[in-house]
Amino acid sequence: MTQRLFLPVIAVAMLLFAGAPVLIAWAPYESTMGLVQKIFYFHVPSWVMMFLSAFVCGVGSAIYLFKGRAAADRVAVAAAELAVVFGLIGLVTGPLWARKAWGVWWQWDARLTMALVLWMIFVAYLLLREYGGPGSEKLAAGVALFGMANVPFVYWSVNVWRTIHPTTNVVPTLVPGMRGALWWSLVAFLLLFTAAMMARVRLEGQRAALDQVYRDLDD
Amino acid sequence: MTRFARVAWLVMRKDLTVEARSRELLLTTLFFAVSTVLVFAFGFVRDGRAVEDAAAGILWIAIAFAGTLALGRTFERERYHDVLHALLLAPVDRPAIYVGKLLGIVALMTTVELVVVPLVALLFQAGLFRYPLHVAALLGLGTTGFAAVGTLFAAMLVRARSRDVLLPVLLYPVTIPVIIAGVRGTAALLQPEADLAMAGAWIGMLVFFDVVFITLSLWTFEPVMTE
Repeated sequence: MTQRLFLPVIAVAMLLFAGAPVLIAWAPYESTMGLVQKIFYFHVPSWVMMFLSAFVCGVGSAIYLFKGRAAADRVAVAAAELAVVFGLIGLVTGPLWARKAWGVWWQWDARLTMALVLWMIFVAYLLLREYGGPGSEKLAAGVALFGMANVPFVYWSVNVWRTIHPTTNVVPTLVPGMRGALWWSLVAFLLLFTAAMMARVRLEGQRAALDQVYRDLDD
Repeated sequence: MTRFARVAWLVMRKDLTVEARSRELLLTTLFFAVSTVLVFAFGFVRDGRAVEDAAAGILWIAIAFAGTLALGRTFERERYHDVLHALLLAPVDRPAIYVGKLLGIVALMTTVELVVVPLVALLFQAGLFRYPLHVAALLGLGTTGFAAVGTLFAAMLVRARSRDVLLPVLLYPVTIPVIIAGVRGTAALLQPEADLAMAGAWIGMLVFFDVVFITLSLWTFEPVMTE
């Protein structure tokens, strides 16, 4: 099922990505920030995908931990890797914009700090899986669960600490041309996420199947 | 419940007895915390005085670093002669073992804090004893929250490779709210005009954090410790 859907999904995602620059170029200039504002069409979708991946990873880990389903763990690891990749895109595009808009590469702002902390939790998750040795899947699932539970605490504490980032409230106030380009990019990123998840989960599944074949051979 | 409390008490007593006889963890952790304070003093003292808010940060970083070291060591000790295996084989509630270990760690970290807090107050002219109840609440709740996550992570890492480096890598991002609450809460109390409302808000957040993460740890200890 997912195998048959993979090609259409990746094809549509690529078409959308190919069309995105045109739409972004057509979108009106933001009056004060000018050209740099356009990075927003990649920055926002990548963070949305990062949070979606984080959520998928947390749910997958919880199912794996309490129900013991290996398939849930495969979904969790695929989502964790995507969370790190999309987070990295966000962490690179953010400072590029901030340098122009705020005059500095990095600000210890609430949202930035929270995103960085969440991203680090997923990097830690992958490090544990990579270097933790056998049995680390379960431990990593525990870490992902704690990471999820941590989100509201990090959110609250860094908000009290400080904030200057433009809030998500700006989205409904966007002029129509900007909104169209943003939604276009969001759908493109969502399809890319879906395609990458399909490929990655399938790879993990085949790896597990191969391991099983080796084990059967040994017995 | 009484059986649960008894198991937790016995596990804690075992840890404290081993510690009372060797004093290895207490002395090494304590000296490490004092060294950390000293190292930070070189970074944050200008013209003989600590820069603003530095004392709160130094205190909490020393606690977090020393706590990480103590967590790693206390579970390293359980690995010798397969003590952790034996504990897990015992026909008792697994969460009771977790609570026992947690109490042992909190007792150890509290002892270290009893030395480090006066030391920071003395070295950086910080008024940590102006509001002793607030400072005690921040320290007690912060230490409990840090140790609650740390005990679970250190326990599950016992079976993992490269556990020494993985413990801080996993623990610090998750305990960042504790560190922020501890540092900002303490800094609010150390200002010339202490901001008690702000300190109270951080204390409230720490209570929430402790409740959520202790519950979650009790809940996940069983599945993560099952091989």
